[in-house]
Amino acid sequence: MKDETPALDVRGVHKAFGGTEVLRGVDLRLRRGESAAVIGPSGAGKSTLLRAINHLEAPDRGHVLVDGELMGYRRHRRVLVALRDRELLRQRTRIGFVFQNFNLFPHLTVTENIIEAPVGALGVPPARARERAARLLARVGLADRGGAYPRQLSGGQQQRVAIARALALEPVLLLFDEPTSALDPELVNEVLTVIKDLAREGTTMVVATHELGFAREIADTVIFLDSGVVVEAGPPEQLLDAPRHARTQAFLAKVL
Amino acid sequence: MELGARWPRRPGATLTEARRATNLPDGPDDLDALPRVPAPRPWRWVAGAVGLVLAAQFGHGLVTNPAWEWGTFFDYLLSETVVSAVWVTVQLVLVSGVLGFALGSLIGAMRLSRSRMLRGVAGTYVWALRSVPLMVQLLFWFNLAYLYRRIGLGIPFGPVLVSVDTLHLIGTMAAAVIGLTLHQSAYAAEIIRGGVASVDPGQMAAAEALGIPRLRQWRRILLPQAMRAILPNAVNEIVSLLKSTSLVSVMAIGELFYRVQILYGRNGRVVPLLMVATVWYLALTTVLTLVQHRVERRFAWVGSDGDGRAAA
Repeated sequence: MKDETPALDVRGVHKAFGGTEVLRGVDLRLRRGESAAVIGPSGAGKSTLLRAINHLEAPDRGHVLVDGELMGYRRHRRVLVALRDRELLRQRTRIGFVFQNFNLFPHLTVTENIIEAPVGALGVPPARARERAARLLARVGLADRGGAYPRQLSGGQQQRVAIARALALEPVLLLFDEPTSALDPELVNEVLTVIKDLAREGTTMVVATHELGFAREIADTVIFLDSGVVVEAGPPEQLLDAPRHARTQAFLAKVL
Repeated sequence: MELGARWPRRPGATLTEARRATNLPDGPDDLDALPRVPAPRPWRWVAGAVGLVLAAQFGHGLVTNPAWEWGTFFDYLLSETVVSAVWVTVQLVLVSGVLGFALGSLIGAMRLSRSRMLRGVAGTYVWALRSVPLMVQLLFWFNLAYLYRRIGLGIPFGPVLVSVDTLHLIGTMAAAVIGLTLHQSAYAAEIIRGGVASVDPGQMAAAEALGIPRLRQWRRILLPQAMRAILPNAVNEIVSLLKSTSLVSVMAIGELFYRVQILYGRNGRVVPLLMVATVWYLALTTVLTLVQHRVERRFAWVGSDGDGRAAA
C-alpha cells in the first residue's frame, strides 16, 4: 500500500523583505524518500525557500506542509492561528537544516554540538544521545573527533559534523543550504559523498546547490528557481540536458 | 646598481649610496658567521628612565614627607571603625551589584524582544536612568517619603488594598540600595544587550532550526558566547559601582568614605585618613580584578581567541 501524504508540500509560498519580493509563489512536492535539488543564480531565492520551509522566515502567503503537518499554524474553525514559539520549535525538530556556514556552536565540542538538540529539545537521555552521536560521527567519517572543538576541524569536517547534528533529530526531511559553497575546492567532495550516501539510503531532502554534476547524481527532481519563481522543474536528465525554458537554457549555458 | 644608475646624480645621493654599501654583504658565506643583535631603541630607555625617576621621587616623598602622617594611617587602617565601614561598602556593592545585574538582564532581554512594546518600555527605562546623575537619584530615593507619604498595593487608578508609611518601608540603607541598583541595572542592560548582539546571528539561526527551546537557547548557546564580550565591561561596571558607593555618604550611611569623613572631621587629619580610604578602595578593586581573570578563563573555550588563550 502506498502512503499518499507527501513528505513535503510547498503551496504558493510568497516572501518579501521590505519591498523586495524574494519568493513569488513557489510550489514544490516531494514524496517520502525523494530528493530535490534547487538550482538557480544567486539571489534567485534558494536560501529563502529553504528558510521558509522550516519557518525560519515565515511565508507572507502560501503554506508549507511537512509530512502532512501544516508548518507554523494551527487550524481553529475558520482561522489559522499562528503557533506559539514552543510548538513551532517542536515542529522544527522534525526538519534537519544544514547551513552554508555550518553554524556549529564554537564553545561546545563536536559531541556536545550533536546531542544538544536531542537532549534539550526532545528530552533524550544524554547517555543514549551520546551513543547515537558516536554512531552518526562514524557514519560521516569522524569517529575519533567527538572531543574536538569546531575550530580545530577543517571546513569539510565541520560541515560533516553539522550534517550529523541535523541527523541526530531523526528528521523526516533534510534541508541543505548550499552546503559546499563555503568550502575550499579540495574539501567539497568529502561533504558531497556524505550527502550522496544519505540520498541513496532514501532520506527525503531538498538541496540548494551550485554543483550541477552533484544535482544530477542525487536528485529525483531538479528545480530551476529564478527571481522567486520556479521556472522549470523535472528529472535531472530532462532539465539539465534538454531544458525547455529559455531562462533555464541561458543559466545552464553560463554555468557549464 | 643598474637601477640607481638611471637616476641623475644629486649631492644628497652620496649618503644613500654609502648606506646601501654598508648593507651589502661581503659574500654569501659571511652572513651565517655574523651574530644577530636587536635593533637599537634608545628612546625606550630614555622614557623608561624618566618614568623610574618620577616613581622614585614620588616614593621618596611618601616616605620622607611627614605630612603623610603614616603613624596615623596605620592607626586607622585596620581599626574596627574603618573595617566595619569597609564591610558596609562591600555589602552595598554585593547587594546592588547582584540585584542590578539581575534586573539589568531582564531589561536587556526586553530590549532584544520581538515585541515593540517591551522594547519601548525597556528603552525608556534605560534612557531615563542613564540620564539622571546618580547623586540626584540617590537624593530622590532618600526623600521619597516627602513625595509619597504612603505606599500602597491595590488596583491601578482604583482602590488601595494595603498601604504602609513610606518612611517605615524605605530606610536610608534601602534607599541607597534601590538607587544604586536601578542605576546599575540600566548600565547592565546595555552591556548585556551589546554582548548578545556580538554573537554571530547564525548561532541563533542554528539553535532555532534545531528546535532548541527558547530559554535553553539563551542559557546554552547565546549567553556562554556573549559572556566574553559581557564580562570585561561588567567588571568595569562593578568597579565603578564600588567607587559610586562613596556617593551614598550624603545620606549619612556609615560606608567607608562617610566614616573617614567623620573621623577627619573630628581629628583634622585629612590626608592620612583619605589615604586609608584610598588603600581600601585599591584593595577591593584588586580583588575584583583577580575574580575577573578567573571568570574570564572559565569562559574562554578552545580557540576562542585565535590559538592561545585557553591553552595558556
